[in-house]
Amino acid sequence: MLKLILRRLAQMMLIMVAVSLILFGVFDSPKFKRQLAVNELGGFAVQTLSPADYQAWLERKGLNVPFAERYWKWLTGIARGDFGRSFQKSADVGPLLGRALLNTGKLALCVFVIMIPLALVTGVMAGIREGSFQDRSISFLAVLFTSIPEIATAIFLTVIFALWLGWFPAKSRGDGLEFLVLPALTLVLYDFGYVARLTRASVAEVMQSQYVRTAILKGLPYRRVVIRHVLRNALIAPFTVIVLQLNWILSGVVVVEVFFQYNGFGKLLLDAALFGDLYVVQAATLAAVLVAVLSQLISDIGYVLLNPRIRFG
Amino acid sequence: MDQALDRPHPSAESGPIVPVLECRNLSVSYYTRAGEVPAVTDFNLRLMPGEAHGLVGESGCGKSTVALAIMQYLGGNGRIVGGEILFDGRDLAKMKAEDLRRIRGAEIAMVYQEPMASLNPSMTVGAQLAEVLLYHDRLSRPTALERARAMLESVRVPDPDRIMAAYPHQISGGQQQRVVIAMALLSNPKLLVLDEPTTALDVTIEAGIVELIREIGAAHGTSIIYISHNLGLILETCDWVTVMYAGEAVEVGPVGELFDAIRHPYTRGLFASIPLPSADKISRPLVPIPGQLPLPYDRPRGCNFGPRCEFFIAGSCDSGPIPMLPVWNAEHRRSRCIRIDEIDWERPPAPPALQAAPPPGDILLKVEDLSKHYELEGGFLAGGGRTVKANESLTFDAREAETVAIVGESGCGKSTFAKVLTGLETATDGSIRLGDVELGAVPIEKRDARTVAALQMVFQNPFDTLNPSHSVGSQIARVIRKFGVERDEAKVRQRVDALLDMVKLPRAFARRKPRQLSGGQKQRVGIARAFAGNPRMVIADEPVSALDVSVQAAVTELLMDIQREHRTTLIFISHDLSIVRYLADRILVMYLGRIMEQGRTEEIFAPPYHPYTEALLSAVPVADTRIEKRKVVLSGDLPSPSDPPAGCPFSTRCPYAIPGTCDVVPPPVFEPSPGHRILCHLAPETLMAMKPVMSEREPETRAASGSS
Repeated sequence: MLKLILRRLAQMMLIMVAVSLILFGVFDSPKFKRQLAVNELGGFAVQTLSPADYQAWLERKGLNVPFAERYWKWLTGIARGDFGRSFQKSADVGPLLGRALLNTGKLALCVFVIMIPLALVTGVMAGIREGSFQDRSISFLAVLFTSIPEIATAIFLTVIFALWLGWFPAKSRGDGLEFLVLPALTLVLYDFGYVARLTRASVAEVMQSQYVRTAILKGLPYRRVVIRHVLRNALIAPFTVIVLQLNWILSGVVVVEVFFQYNGFGKLLLDAALFGDLYVVQAATLAAVLVAVLSQLISDIGYVLLNPRIRFG
Repeated sequence: MDQALDRPHPSAESGPIVPVLECRNLSVSYYTRAGEVPAVTDFNLRLMPGEAHGLVGESGCGKSTVALAIMQYLGGNGRIVGGEILFDGRDLAKMKAEDLRRIRGAEIAMVYQEPMASLNPSMTVGAQLAEVLLYHDRLSRPTALERARAMLESVRVPDPDRIMAAYPHQISGGQQQRVVIAMALLSNPKLLVLDEPTTALDVTIEAGIVELIREIGAAHGTSIIYISHNLGLILETCDWVTVMYAGEAVEVGPVGELFDAIRHPYTRGLFASIPLPSADKISRPLVPIPGQLPLPYDRPRGCNFGPRCEFFIAGSCDSGPIPMLPVWNAEHRRSRCIRIDEIDWERPPAPPALQAAPPPGDILLKVEDLSKHYELEGGFLAGGGRTVKANESLTFDAREAETVAIVGESGCGKSTFAKVLTGLETATDGSIRLGDVELGAVPIEKRDARTVAALQMVFQNPFDTLNPSHSVGSQIARVIRKFGVERDEAKVRQRVDALLDMVKLPRAFARRKPRQLSGGQKQRVGIARAFAGNPRMVIADEPVSALDVSVQAAVTELLMDIQREHRTTLIFISHDLSIVRYLADRILVMYLGRIMEQGRTEEIFAPPYHPYTEALLSAVPVADTRIEKRKVVLSGDLPSPSDPPAGCPFSTRCPYAIPGTCDVVPPPVFEPSPGHRILCHLAPETLMAMKPVMSEREPETRAASGSS
């Protein structure tokens, strides 16, 4: 187990170094630097800029330092907790990223609190009576919601709840809970179908298993069979997938965050990428890698702990 | 007609006794997209207290459906469409769910074919056992656990405390099955339904479970329904037997009487196709049942067995449904054969043309001191790696046209040896010579096409070894081209046709995909493929153990015919001593990677035996009332191959083990006659004085046992 954790962390370090090197390399080309200047100063200003002034601008931004030295400086800065400065927002990257992560964290929490119980309950209800009317209706809804793109759901919900009923704000630029409702609901509708279908498949498979037959033919009450024999084994797979959804919410929800103008991680990354805001992109990418590897690790460890065959095998 | 089945019972002096279980004209169907599929039709059974009733038949005969119908567990698409199942006089099908729940696990308990799959992988054995008592007897948890532990002890599970705390995957298959049996016995049921309880187990482990089942019947007076495809097991465990075919009971009666005087052509066919000790490949070969089991929705009019029956007469056998008819002069017997009084039942089935045994030729394969060791990767905490000695100092040879059988239970290294021989693995030490080519350390990639062609394999599972997306013909043709037998396309096609003729499949099958073939037909294709490159030696690894008995006979006979004709050397790997006795010229008995005994077939089956051979022989169920067996039941499980005992590998289970010698010193070789080698510490006099395991029963005792 310890071996697994150490190996994963070492892998993570390698990925991070590789990704940051590639990004740095791309952003180091003269063409890109010029584009950055255009973004910051405007196209006309850059055209009229004398070469000397352009050099001065580069120097001010710290962009004329050789590649290796710049990368090393950035790396050692991270060790001190300094992620560099944003070109676009003239602010330190650390707090910017922190705020974005916090916002996305809130959104993720809301999504999980609604989605997990909803998906598990509907998935179990469907799987336990495979082929029944109950199963067919739940499966139909799950497929329906998963196949509608988030942007369509977002527009649909905004029209009904913000524009027509006026219950919730259409733009989520604020701190109250009401700002979270529509983005969270959009994500829940999209994601619950996936988790519910997975749960359904897992429960249905366990229901067909010989040990559930044993439990029923032992004369156990149905509730006991379901709770102790079916769910305990059937929820292992959904658990691992739910943990992996964390990763999806972090970087896969750009569309929803942008649509609702929600200042989360996805929006931050998108803005920075469009502007060429190197240090923000770098830091955000590292955070994404970290979350991806950690959620994978948690999911693997959880799987081992839940499954005695692997724990001792 | 079940009224006619009334019979006196040993304890029937006072008043009528209610049968524990009675099936009356039971019919069960499954409903699929194709419509109603009848699984069981017009089935009758009456089980009195304390009796054991066997249901025997091949796959698809409906025997497991009967068991599931008794348990009222037919799944979403199965339904009882006619008749009733009375348990203690009450119809199970009409019972409310809650009443049914109270009966299941408490009064009717079931034991399943695959013990590993039947236990919950994420619950400890103790918790799964205690559950029964918590919900049926309303015991407190500590009392329930205590009772569960005591029950484990009474089914002779070693170290019950450890087993109670273990998860199912941490204990051996034999222990798992004992746990399932303990679970079934916890509430002291009136009826125990056993569905192939030993099919997934090794034969020496099976012998222990069978003994346990017999004790249960005797000690608790539990009535037993025993489902099996193995006629020998039924004879050893049951008082009554019902033979089933295509969803119907075809013959019923007391086991001994029925086995001695068969009154249905299907039962007769079954017995002719299993290798009883009296069968012999030269003088009394197996007689397969021709044809195939009819599909459930495509059964013939009249007798289901009609199209395959040698006594079939058009107009009477196929005119309408055939009822169970009484057997003349046998009060309790019934047979579903309309010609029961016309057939001469004493006439033995017509044997096929006799063939002379081919004289063995020169030595083709020479194995010397062959060893194959695997290094186990050490776990994180386990430290250094361990060595599994899968094969240790194997020495033997095989001649042209000879059949050498390797027998042993799981983990004995027989399949590893096949892998080394075919080059899928390479030997750690020692040599294998095929003709004058050294093969031991040569992996298959480095062998030339001629060597690969000379040494071919027939695999155990015909279902997985054919590529599902290529036609049968193209798979055989590919081998022909690869080994350079023929190059010209027209000649290749001719050769494919010739090979299909050889394995007695229609030539049109060349265009079929494997899924359109039955198991027996697929194995025929497997044989055709193995012989496509004109091999000098064929290794058959359990080639018939996945097939039904009547098909086994046909495939076995085919394999031997081809071998005789081509003078091929056959290495036949099997766990089944009956079939090995039938077809092998010489036998190697393996245990934990070593050859414990080798010799000619008649030498292996007669004393002096190696103690392990003796136990194996005693463990094989024999479906012949004339044969009396001496009981040698081994205790304990096979030791782990990664941690074998020092000294003799069999010393941990050997009833003759000499402490201080057998468990410390590797055994010496005793050679009672040239070529017959026994690896054992016992003194030659002790070995020579051993009595035969099987002997013919005296006629008087035979009659007595028949009515017991």
